[in-house]
Amino acid sequence: MATKRKKASPKRKSVRPENGGHMITVAVNGRKFTRAVEPRVLLVDFIRDDLRLTGTHVGCDTSHCGACTVLLDGRAVKSCTMLAVQADGREITTIEGLSEHGRLHPIQEAFKAHHGLQCGFCTPGVVLAALELLRVENAPSEDRIRTAISGNICRCTGYQGIVDSVAAAGEMMRPRKG
Amino acid sequence: MAQTTKVFGESVLRKEDDRFLTGRGNFVADMLPPGTVFAKFVRSPYAHARIGSINTAKARRLPGVLDVLTAQDLKDQVGDIITAWAIPNANLKTPAYPPLAREVVRYAGEAVAVVVAESPFIAENALDLVEVEYDSLPVVTDVETATKKGGAPIHGDAPDNVAFKWTLAGGDVDKAFKEADVVVSQRFVNQRLQPTAMEPRAAIAQFEPGTRELTLHVTSQNPFVHRLVLSIVLKYPEHLIHVIAPDVGGGFGSKIPVYPWEAIVCHLAMRLGRPVKWVEDRMENYVATTHGRDHVQYVDLAAKKDGTILGIRARVLANLGAYLSTAAPGIPTILFGFMVGGCYAIQAGRVEVTGVFTNTTPVDAYRGAGRPEALFLLERIVDILARKLKKDPADIRRKNFIPADKFPYATAMGLTYDSGNYAGTLEKALDKVGYEKLRKEQAEGRRKGKLMGIGLSTYVEICGLGPSAVVTSTGFAGGLWGASTVRLHPTGKATVYTGGHPHGQGEETTFAQIVGEELGLPVVDVDVVHGDTKLTPYGQGTYGSRTTAVEGGSIALSARKVKDKARKIAAHLLEAREEDLEFTDGKFVVKGSPKAAKTIQEIAWAAYMAGNMPKGVEPVLDATTFYDPTNFVFPFGCHICVVDVDRETGQVKIRRYVAVDDVGNQINPMIVEGQVHGGVLQGLAQAMLEQSVYDENGNLLTNSLIEYLVPTALEAPRIETDSTVTPSPHNPLGVKGVGETGTIASSQAYVNAVCDAVGVDHIDMPITPEKVWRVLQKK
Amino acid sequence: MQPHSFDYVRPQTLARAIQVLSENGSRAKVLAGGQSLIPVLKLRLANPRVLVDINDVPGLAFIEERGDQLRIGALSRHRDFEQSKLIREKYPIFSDVASVLGDPQVRNLGTIGGALAHADPASDWGTALLAFKAELTARGPNGARTIPIDRFFKDPFTTALRSSELLTEIRIPKSKAGDGGAYLKLKRKTGDFATIGVAVQLGLDAKRNVAGARIALASVGPRPIRAPGAEKALVGRKAGPTAFADAAKMASEEAHPTSDLRGSEEYKRAMIEVFTRRALETATARAGR
Repeated sequence: MATKRKKASPKRKSVRPENGGHMITVAVNGRKFTRAVEPRVLLVDFIRDDLRLTGTHVGCDTSHCGACTVLLDGRAVKSCTMLAVQADGREITTIEGLSEHGRLHPIQEAFKAHHGLQCGFCTPGVVLAALELLRVENAPSEDRIRTAISGNICRCTGYQGIVDSVAAAGEMMRPRKG
Repeated sequence: MAQTTKVFGESVLRKEDDRFLTGRGNFVADMLPPGTVFAKFVRSPYAHARIGSINTAKARRLPGVLDVLTAQDLKDQVGDIITAWAIPNANLKTPAYPPLAREVVRYAGEAVAVVVAESPFIAENALDLVEVEYDSLPVVTDVETATKKGGAPIHGDAPDNVAFKWTLAGGDVDKAFKEADVVVSQRFVNQRLQPTAMEPRAAIAQFEPGTRELTLHVTSQNPFVHRLVLSIVLKYPEHLIHVIAPDVGGGFGSKIPVYPWEAIVCHLAMRLGRPVKWVEDRMENYVATTHGRDHVQYVDLAAKKDGTILGIRARVLANLGAYLSTAAPGIPTILFGFMVGGCYAIQAGRVEVTGVFTNTTPVDAYRGAGRPEALFLLERIVDILARKLKKDPADIRRKNFIPADKFPYATAMGLTYDSGNYAGTLEKALDKVGYEKLRKEQAEGRRKGKLMGIGLSTYVEICGLGPSAVVTSTGFAGGLWGASTVRLHPTGKATVYTGGHPHGQGEETTFAQIVGEELGLPVVDVDVVHGDTKLTPYGQGTYGSRTTAVEGGSIALSARKVKDKARKIAAHLLEAREEDLEFTDGKFVVKGSPKAAKTIQEIAWAAYMAGNMPKGVEPVLDATTFYDPTNFVFPFGCHICVVDVDRETGQVKIRRYVAVDDVGNQINPMIVEGQVHGGVLQGLAQAMLEQSVYDENGNLLTNSLIEYLVPTALEAPRIETDSTVTPSPHNPLGVKGVGETGTIASSQAYVNAVCDAVGVDHIDMPITPEKVWRVLQKK
Repeated sequence: MQPHSFDYVRPQTLARAIQVLSENGSRAKVLAGGQSLIPVLKLRLANPRVLVDINDVPGLAFIEERGDQLRIGALSRHRDFEQSKLIREKYPIFSDVASVLGDPQVRNLGTIGGALAHADPASDWGTALLAFKAELTARGPNGARTIPIDRFFKDPFTTALRSSELLTEIRIPKSKAGDGGAYLKLKRKTGDFATIGVAVQLGLDAKRNVAGARIALASVGPRPIRAPGAEKALVGRKAGPTAFADAAKMASEEAHPTSDLRGSEEYKRAMIEVFTRRALETATARAGR
């Protein structure tokens, strides 16, 4: 029994002409960028497409996977769930901003030493989420680590390598005696 | 610099890590060639409908839209998608699989049109402006309804929606069941899953009119398979198609198939003369990237009352979705049926599989690809038998294991397992988990109303695909040999070109370890190249846990050829006989004369200069091998899961998870362990959380990470790993495979544990707290 | 997926924010943490003409006791509750909420005001606040008004707020001796909405009798609801297993959950009973009497 149906899409949204851009100045990994962006542009797309920093990844549509995680004024946020215009005047750290002069940050060293990554797609996001934790707690319990990365989905590692890497990074980041 | 330490067997840190940790991975979605335009697909919201008309005029008029194509526009330009595994003796039906729907859509998510625009935003806006008229048709999503007689089939040439009927039998099954003291039976559902690699799929196609070369960057596990299939689908010369899979963010089987959208993007690039980029979002991934598993299985096990298993029967309905994907027919048959005997010396077995078309996303390989479906039903029915006979599940397994001294072992189902020691991994796992103590605790706890369960899962699986004569006889359109070139450059550095394409499994490191070990080179001096059809010998790619055994095996043989050649040259230069030379620490040394030596680097230079070569030896240290393995490899092991159940809510907590695996020789124990962790969690996720759900209209309800539940770190247990080492006797390195073993073992470990805890024969996956609660309510 | 186009303003004062809302009515949407709004925009489920970003409006983020009330600014982030010593010690029910809501990244940006205004039937904050005589302050072009929590939630994603109003503050009675509360959330995995949620706030007298009780339930209908029958079953009785069992049973009967992917109606009802009982036990232990 066939039923005649018209258009497939539930609601036809009117397509508006592009709005004018807003000028924003964002500090990314210590460098200031001034750009014109439309309000609708997501921060992750600004980072990837405008600034061509492609280490921050897009893994889902519903703000679950955390592959887009960056640090906003030191706090882990999902850059797919923020507008670029919201970052005006703020400081962003992406994965590209961690190593200095070619030297890996201790957390990057730890992930390498403890097999904290496999395909590498979730890695930038999970490293930054873990870094937020380690900057306030350098000897977190396993439960605290798992909670800190609970907004980041990994399909490859089973999380264990990541947890061990974060714990090791904490140790490396502890102030040395003497 | 000589290599002074052994590298094979060492947990060498991964060479891949630096680029991923610094955000310098090169994923397809990261690329943006100058002039790129963007494609998006109009996808059917209806699972089954006749297409009345498609009006693309409004979409075409949107500023920034370059083109909008439907099936009509692709006629004679892009052919139908083909399956590459036409299993014989199964009456296989291969209905047309059009790249864009022609006249009928058969699953929600099937592409009906494609829009190309100057920006992804404009392309997305244009999707809404494409007007499609649909006349809906009856929808069927489950295999049992689909095969009921008399309904209108989804494909005219497949009555009752049957794609194939495949049978495998060995031994005298009827006799086994006649002579049995006890027969246990159970219906199992191995539910449909969505592979959910973290990187959504993407493709960028470019056409260079000056050379007529079509270049495709694509998220593929096997670029050469893409090249071959695309040459057929696009009717374009194979040698003018260049496929590159750069860094790929996970695959788990979902990036094996050649998808319609990949072919269409190629066509668009040739048509428009500009690079065309397509990146799927997660919702699109969930409806338009292949799903996994989806079996309904009716299983019977015949046994003597002392627990000896006499025979097994499995009647299976395998959901293939609306169209046959690249490897689809072979997954629920070849990779499934042969393994239903598992580790046991079962003398009789029969497997009947009906492949079924439904109005759902096409189904293809997903981590384990057929073996989880086999080992799950076996390990579950064995536990059901143990329960019936009131025997310890460990004892039943011990009683039926193939003994360690019987290898290579010819199974009743027709395979020859290469090596094994099933009792070894069982005992090690039982010891590690403290089995006796746990059973005591369980008994005492039961008296106080505590619910604790212990689930055993022993497995053997078939991987290292595979011996070409065997695989091609099963209808697979390609030999599964491994291909490699090992090349030493003049200054003694090396490049390895491999036909595998790792996407997380670490072969850029382990392959460097193989060559480092064979040739005495530091791992840092060995570069591994993969994933580019212009650079490597023909490679069948990475899936089916074949890369280490088969591609690695090829590399070992190439490296040995290089060493043999180097030995000849060294002997010539040192004026010694080859048999008087020792090779240690990267040097050929004349026995007894330590000063008479040549390093491998010196030989590499000499071979490049070629001014003083032994007779009959060609210049340059370079060797290529196409290695056709003589058998598959059969890793095995025992996993044990211990759970505690909250009897009020049905919630289950994993107290311990122990995995003892034997994957033969281990090149890099750290990487092996990582594969076990990841594999185990995916299998546990199937047992605990994941499930694809369709409503009665064929809409995928689990079309985002809101409803499709994958575990976070808080849902993942700590996994305790250990291993035994029983090398594969036929493999050049004695290695087997580990990429899928964790997934093949873990689902049933969990289910066995929960059923043990609550005292029930079976609970279907995913075991939600409600399902457990319902069982407890009944008691 | 990308949002449709829209205009964007980031007012620097409350007055300006209200002005923009008044000018645009239902075609404006407030952007606070964005953790509910932006996913909605990305899926194109809403198409506002203008987004009013209130993150620069001063004086909207605070958690403090003043007089006989706990006062919470609407722009307080979920994370602020996780980290607040005051909340942990005197209002642990809100620590419970913050720890089961979303994930760490969501908690860094998401706000209590945004969560309340979004009004998901599974709202963790909405349910927890229903366990108090909470008062919400809404500021509009005609000044401020107080909306009691009992009248705040209307329908799924619909509140008593007018389109020209901004939720600025939440006030609850200050915690006193004998008060204890808990929020328990049954969820399928981290980050999921509540399958069911139970918020309980008790006031015990010196003899451990229940002087006051409020019980609120999440995901049991179009909005979070109270369970007045369960509350009545508790008041005047000794806080203990018998009273809890009665109240829990009542709560499960007062709820109207529906069967969906998270669970059947039957299971949800049964879990409301279990979780109400457990929440009451925790609340009593925290009441310290």
